Amino acid sequence: MRRRLKPNALVGAVLVGLLLVVVLVGFAWTPYDPIAIDLDHPLAAPSAAHWFGADEFGRDVLSRAMLGARISGAIAAGVVAAAVSLGLVLGLVAGFVGGWLDRLMMIVNDTVLAFPGILLALALMAVLGPSYGSLILALGVAYLPSIIRVVRASVLSIREREFVEASRVAGDGDLYTMLRHVLPNALPPVVVLATSLFGWAILSESALSFLGVGVPPPAPTWGNMLSSARPYMERASWLSIAPGLCIALTLLGVNLLGDALRDWLDPRDDA
Amino acid sequence: MLSYVARRLLLALPTLVLVALAVFFLIRLIPGDPAVVMLGEGADKAAVAALHKELGLDQPLPAQFLTWIGHLLRGDLGQSISSGEPVAGLILQRFRLTATVVLIAVTLATLIAITAGMIAAWRRDTRIDLAVVGVSTLVLAIPSFWLALILLLVFGLKLGWLPFVGYVPFSEDAIQAGLFLFLPILTLTITESGVLTRMMRSSAIEVMRLEYVTHARAKGLSEATVLRRHVFPNAFAPTLTLVGLTLGHLLGGIAVIETVFTLPGLGRLMVDSILARDYPVVQGCLLFTAVIYIAVNLVVDLCYPIFDPRVTAA
Repeated sequence: MRRRLKPNALVGAVLVGLLLVVVLVGFAWTPYDPIAIDLDHPLAAPSAAHWFGADEFGRDVLSRAMLGARISGAIAAGVVAAAVSLGLVLGLVAGFVGGWLDRLMMIVNDTVLAFPGILLALALMAVLGPSYGSLILALGVAYLPSIIRVVRASVLSIREREFVEASRVAGDGDLYTMLRHVLPNALPPVVVLATSLFGWAILSESALSFLGVGVPPPAPTWGNMLSSARPYMERASWLSIAPGLCIALTLLGVNLLGDALRDWLDPRDDA
Repeated sequence: MLSYVARRLLLALPTLVLVALAVFFLIRLIPGDPAVVMLGEGADKAAVAALHKELGLDQPLPAQFLTWIGHLLRGDLGQSISSGEPVAGLILQRFRLTATVVLIAVTLATLIAITAGMIAAWRRDTRIDLAVVGVSTLVLAIPSFWLALILLLVFGLKLGWLPFVGYVPFSEDAIQAGLFLFLPILTLTITESGVLTRMMRSSAIEVMRLEYVTHARAKGLSEATVLRRHVFPNAFAPTLTLVGLTLGHLLGGIAVIETVFTLPGLGRLMVDSILARDYPVVQGCLLFTAVIYIAVNLVVDLCYPIFDPRVTAA
């Protein structure tokens, strides 16, 4: 069985790599100070001095997009870490223990799923108040049910396999069996989901920030950059190009990488 | 069939109760006194006390919940803090606009997905297939609000073909209303068609590999008949599920698109209420969207037997 990487995996890897480079470079250097106000050049058009133009306060769009990459990326990574770690624990317990506990957990899960993710996150933000922590918590809670479902589904199929039975017969404790035999085998689909989740988190965070309920200014994220570009569509349409392009390229990279990962982990002749 | 319907309805009940509980407690999770939060710091004591009484916050929690549920069952979602209007009326009025945009867009996106997905699966690995996969992958990566801004820039500003932003109700001027809704619908159709097309294509490919399709072809049926009668009905179920989930989520409000095009829809109502700390409206919106989601999925589940008679036996 040969596992061959397709060209789109390469494109995805390059795009995600590019994002990482931008974030890393941003720590050491940005063309301008991303939050320094320059009232001499408000809404400056793209030029050699400002590659992607300057915003209504004369702040360099490229520098802000670079800092935005770090903030959006860090929030998305936080959401993935929180949702996946919690989802693994809860999904393992539900799938492995089963019975009434499983049924109860699934009813609660379905309840959370009944709220559209972005609206649930919005409502939680309203309760928690704007901060990075509450943003991660709100989006993490919104995405947790889908992780629990996937983990539980794979645990349910794994626990019927011979090696789990063998481990039990050998006298291993439940906890040991779960961690040693069930967990590692339940991971592949979670890895694929976590990759997509990173993309969704980037998208949702930018949507929340776009709506004015996410990261508050002056800290730039791609979402709030787009949001503040909107009133200047007529005079400075370039303001919406860079942040939108950043979101789209990141999502494209993450999605392609996720597809490739799924093909690689599940090498059926799937489309 | 009847028992399938009954079982499915019963299964939705506990979720509905939990949804109501969650929405009820959400407002009580706000740190501090919700009445003070809603009226703002420094509001006078009498107003705070009046709001306490109105929201029932002066009673013990179980009593509050029962009263709230009682009102709920009579369709009373309380009054908006900022406008004083009944929340239920406000929601229904906004919902009409959101539902118009969402239903048209999702129908169009589904039609596009079925056509493009079936053709791509049928002509797998040809240039057409590559184009379909490429475009839908690209579409998946474009955030709807960015697409909306770009479409607005091109059609509204540069070409001047369509009104920039705003909205006129259908009852006042149907043509004008259609023009205002064109870009929102276009945006949503494009955004939603990506994932649906990919789903349709991959399930059609799975089905085409099955023996009965080979058998149908061997019988000498035309390709069109094989695709329409044998492949499509069996490949459509996963896409239908996804259409249901999509509808369920979008009907709750397309906040970002409504924001870009300044449409007074349900999503915008919720965002504005959150920003204004108008919690009765937030509660009402949340409850409404969850109920819509459960209802839509119920309908979709009840539609399965039409496509696949085996479902009732399960």
